[in-house]
Amino acid sequence: MVSRSLLLKILSALILFGAWEIAGRIPVSLAFPTFLESMSALFRMMGDGTLWVAYAETLQPLVVGVAISAFLGIGIGLWVGLSKTFDWLFSPIFIVMQAAPLAALIPLLVLAYGIGLTSKVLVVCIMAMPVIVLNTSSAVRNTPNSMKEMARSYLASDLDVILKVIIPAASPVIFAGLRLGVSAGFIGAILAELKITPTGVGDIITFSRSIADYPSMYAAIFSIILLAVLFLNLLEAIESTLFKGNQRGYVSD
Amino acid sequence: MDMSQTDAPIEPVDAAHESAVSTRNISKNYGEVEALRDLSLEFPRGQLTSLLGPSGCGKTTLLKIIAGLLEPTSGEVEVNGKTVTGPGPDRAFVFQDFALLPWASVIRNVAFGLEMRGVPKAEREDRAAHYIKEVGLGGFENAYPHELSGGMRQRVGLARALSVDSQVLLMDEPFSAVDEQTRRKFQEDLLNLVRNENKTFIFVTHSIEEAVYVSDQIAILLPRPSRVSEIIRPTGFRHKDADNIRRDPEYLDIVDQIWASLRTYVE
Ligand SMILES: Nc1ncnc2c1ncn2[C@@H]1O[C@H](COP(=O)(O)OP(=O)(O)OP(=O)(O)O)[C@@H](O)[C@H]1O
Ligand SMILES: [Mg+2]
Repeated sequence: MVSRSLLLKILSALILFGAWEIAGRIPVSLAFPTFLESMSALFRMMGDGTLWVAYAETLQPLVVGVAISAFLGIGIGLWVGLSKTFDWLFSPIFIVMQAAPLAALIPLLVLAYGIGLTSKVLVVCIMAMPVIVLNTSSAVRNTPNSMKEMARSYLASDLDVILKVIIPAASPVIFAGLRLGVSAGFIGAILAELKITPTGVGDIITFSRSIADYPSMYAAIFSIILLAVLFLNLLEAIESTLFKGNQRGYVSD
Repeated sequence: MDMSQTDAPIEPVDAAHESAVSTRNISKNYGEVEALRDLSLEFPRGQLTSLLGPSGCGKTTLLKIIAGLLEPTSGEVEVNGKTVTGPGPDRAFVFQDFALLPWASVIRNVAFGLEMRGVPKAEREDRAAHYIKEVGLGGFENAYPHELSGGMRQRVGLARALSVDSQVLLMDEPFSAVDEQTRRKFQEDLLNLVRNENKTFIFVTHSIEEAVYVSDQIAILLPRPSRVSEIIRPTGFRHKDADNIRRDPEYLDIVDQIWASLRTYVE
């Protein structure tokens, strides 16, 4: 099964890259390089170190923002899910945040916090946090009542119920929220670099576009997608080692 | 026919078997729905009492009130002379829907009650393994609930309740998810359990035959709002061995009689 799903992943990647190569050769647009051109640009930037320098810059707001969003988001989500009052207080904020057009908010953030790391971290958080909070809180609220009752009947304290029943039961949905949040965080990090000040990977994209070096531009975009995919897979691996029995879903009836 | 039977909900029981659990004037409303009304019942120590009644009449509700999981709207429950205010170590629950933790292996599920009581890991796994064997699940210690059949899951729930060694076992239709053969086997095992362990069993069932087969005392509940309509104490065949009970004339009489009084509510 494992090798088959891996095979399918490789196959779909090959199809995608093949289509890219063909589209680049036709060409769809003059600004659209072929897959192989982009890859060679990617290896060139890896070779001369440009890419690593750029990532050292880009990863700062990304890692800080995603870490804050994960910890704070899960924490607030648990609270909101466990308490009706907190639900009333916080849920609307995150629902609005999720719906807000971020591009419109960026000038306000820059006005308030300047063009430094703070603003970029905030952009990542605004992108990543709502979905983490909302998923966590709804997962917590939907913990099967019979499991909580079971725990109480076997003398679990409130803390036991939270740690031994609610969190493990909610973990699949919490992790789904984390995955969505992390993807959104990647978008946020690049958006921040494009809209606030061009630094890091955002700088490569902006600069190479301005000098019409499209292979480099697409190589940068490709690298960030690759990183996101790798990170999501890592998250999945963490989840399946932490909560083994959850993998095949819930036992109903 | 040497069976005693009264219409009164509270019956004097012989001194050797004073009540382990008594419920006094329990009423329970779920908002508009009146589930139980003024229900009083005594559960003799060391015996098995069945709650028998139509679906939705409040059997689970009563059991959860005794467990301390639900608060009655009025009335009180006493276990060993102490008023119940919440769950306690003197009661263990077998749930109608098993209530297993899907992310935990069989052995962790069975040891859950011991874990909550602070029993060290090595000791609780020993005890859990013992009861897993006892319910016939030896070899499945490290399986997960989704890998088990319904009947096997039910046995996990049973082992969990047995492992905490409580005085009172509250069993909510514990045999509902198993096939007829297994069910009969479980019923015989239950009779042995009642005989060998000095525990008080409160047992919910839909099946008249099952109730008569395993019970020292059967409380027949009326549909909502539920009260006790009749208490039947099948005594004549209790000492017989498992195979002969089902052929005993008294057994058959009581089954007929209960059906006669319940059918009025079904029709
Ligand atoms: N949480 C609840 N909220 C509202 N009504 C409830 C709730 N739980 C039970 N009831 C109602 O109380 C009545 C008794 O329910 P209960 O589960 O105790 O029945 P039961 O005798 O165990 O039924 P069954 O044999 O089908 O398991 C039912 O009519 C049900 O609709
Ligand atoms: Mg029930």
